Amino acid sequence: MYAIIEVMTKPYSVLMGKAVRHISRMRGGGSALPGLFVEKIDKHFVRDTLAQLPMGIVLISGTNGKTTTTKMVVELLEGQGLKVFTNKTGSNFSRGVAAALLGEVNHRGKLHADIAVLELDEAHAVHFVQTIPPRYSLLLNVMRDQLDRFGEIDTTAAMLSKIAHATTQTVVINREDPRLAKIGESLSSNVVYFGLANSIKSTFPSDDALHDNSIERPKKSKADVVLTSVGEIATFKIQDTSIETPLKLRGVYNIFNAAAALTTVRSILGDRLDQVQLIKTLSSVTPAFGRGEQLRIDGNPCELILVKNPSGFRLSLSSFDPNNTATMIAINDNYADGRDMSWLWDVDFESLQQTGVSCVGGLRAYDMTLRLQHDNVTVDHTDINVAKCLDTFIKNNHQLPKRIYCTYTAMLAIRQALSKYTKVEDVR
Amino acid sequence: MKKSLTILQLYPRDMNIYGDRGNTLALKKRAEQHGLAVTVVDYNPGDSFPKNIDIIIGGGGQDSGQEKIKDDLLAIKDTLHELANNGVPMLLICGLYQLFGKYFKTQTGHTIDGIGLLDITTVAGPERLIGNIVIQSEQFGEIIGYENHSGQTYLGANMQPLGQVIIGAGNNSRDGVEGATYKNVIGSYMHGSLLPKNPAITDWLIEKAAINKYSTFTPATIDDHIIRLARKYAKRRPR
Repeated sequence: MYAIIEVMTKPYSVLMGKAVRHISRMRGGGSALPGLFVEKIDKHFVRDTLAQLPMGIVLISGTNGKTTTTKMVVELLEGQGLKVFTNKTGSNFSRGVAAALLGEVNHRGKLHADIAVLELDEAHAVHFVQTIPPRYSLLLNVMRDQLDRFGEIDTTAAMLSKIAHATTQTVVINREDPRLAKIGESLSSNVVYFGLANSIKSTFPSDDALHDNSIERPKKSKADVVLTSVGEIATFKIQDTSIETPLKLRGVYNIFNAAAALTTVRSILGDRLDQVQLIKTLSSVTPAFGRGEQLRIDGNPCELILVKNPSGFRLSLSSFDPNNTATMIAINDNYADGRDMSWLWDVDFESLQQTGVSCVGGLRAYDMTLRLQHDNVTVDHTDINVAKCLDTFIKNNHQLPKRIYCTYTAMLAIRQALSKYTKVEDVR
Repeated sequence: MKKSLTILQLYPRDMNIYGDRGNTLALKKRAEQHGLAVTVVDYNPGDSFPKNIDIIIGGGGQDSGQEKIKDDLLAIKDTLHELANNGVPMLLICGLYQLFGKYFKTQTGHTIDGIGLLDITTVAGPERLIGNIVIQSEQFGEIIGYENHSGQTYLGANMQPLGQVIIGAGNNSRDGVEGATYKNVIGSYMHGSLLPKNPAITDWLIEKAAINKYSTFTPATIDDHIIRLARKYAKRRPR
């Protein structure tokens, strides 16, 4: 088998990869398998294909908000008339990039795009940049995520530092994140910052703020784009001009990441930027799937909110009003979710005391229920089977708007189960 | 007057990374269910050490967190020894478990002195021991949790472990035991958080503290069915 594969030329590896992708999709499989296949038979496939792009690669990494920010950067660049390649399946491993490329290249391996915008998680990005240095990188934040996978938060920051140093043109950095700001100071190349106005900083609790851990904060750098107010209308200060715009994105952290996306696109386009069009496009960007995505069930909205670490969960709970809404929480502990449940104990659930939680589902539903009991939040129903739990949730809350907080694999299961109630967009 | 306990959280600002707050919440809730009022006091580097402490708990930190607290910990060493010898119950997880031992030798060969309350030594190892862990303890029965450490900890000759490892690694890659106990002090790598799903340990800490202070302890009957189910499903999960 290997002997045959080694003598294959590019068109064959592309064709065979495409075939595997087609079969994998028909079987309802994930996005990584065809990528794995093409990596095995042609290990330079990703590098060679991306090297064709005239405007290079934008790499987006950080703990929270990668998927929605990537979607924003892509749509903003498209709004400026560029043809953009991206790994939009949310499979943010290099194999996911290979799989997404297979869907886009023609049978000769040619990719018709001006620029690539890639979402990669920190650990994969470190390997990726060794062979494929990005022209631009955007570093969003470093928070406690899956410590069982990456070790410690300082280790994660060290990975992002490597990405920054491998970037050939411009690194865009969140100046409010002390660990990232430090990386910014260490760079000799071009660094551009985005930030928050002091007046709204209290809306954004960080991991460190939770325990008032005073880690050394470098002097504040000037930011290209500063978010100055959130609400129905968001206000951004771009250089010295204040710009107001309505947004379809919800949740304060998504709106902060809009500042990140604006800064990145401004850095890429420079003088060629059409700023009026930029803001117009931003106002129409909708959340990525499972990141505040709204579906409708029996005429009532049902929101899906992905939670994967304590800071993200806390931000979500403080962003959405629990009143007049039925709440469900679904917690799985598969590899992609992180196996360690300790993080649930670093989230405060007291904001749910008044309304209680209607249903708790997922492989670790009883860990979650136990957690809620410790914050005196009542739970009506617990079921480790997510799909059955969802049925009960919908049956018991017919007349109410619904909101489901869920981990990654629980969200995939819920979206699949929801398809019998409503139209759910296929994202594979 | 209602009976009450004071719980001291050791270095919550710098040593808190694996849901260590869950242990405080579980102790507080459980003590209240047993009819005891609870006050939680924080102790951070430079603070004056409070008096009349009934239980001490401490958690894990990053290397940078350990660096920040190590000198302060040595400064309160005698106080902690005295309290332990007086039978004050303590629970130390991960980073503070290591530093309650004799020393911790880091990856770079640099040695951080501990307070030697537990006869254990720790050396940073090349692999991280990560995953679900189940151990069997004579005293507490089956203990269920999660471990995530690169320190390899070895017990001195007279040191008793917390339990025998059934699933997972425990103190090190070799010995098949987890944790260490001395008087009413428990050190362990297990989080998850440890106490919410292992009420036998929580009750024991509370009982020791209550008897120290009031000479008697009458446990209440507590509905534990959610805990039993959480334990049942946690035990089925892969490492």
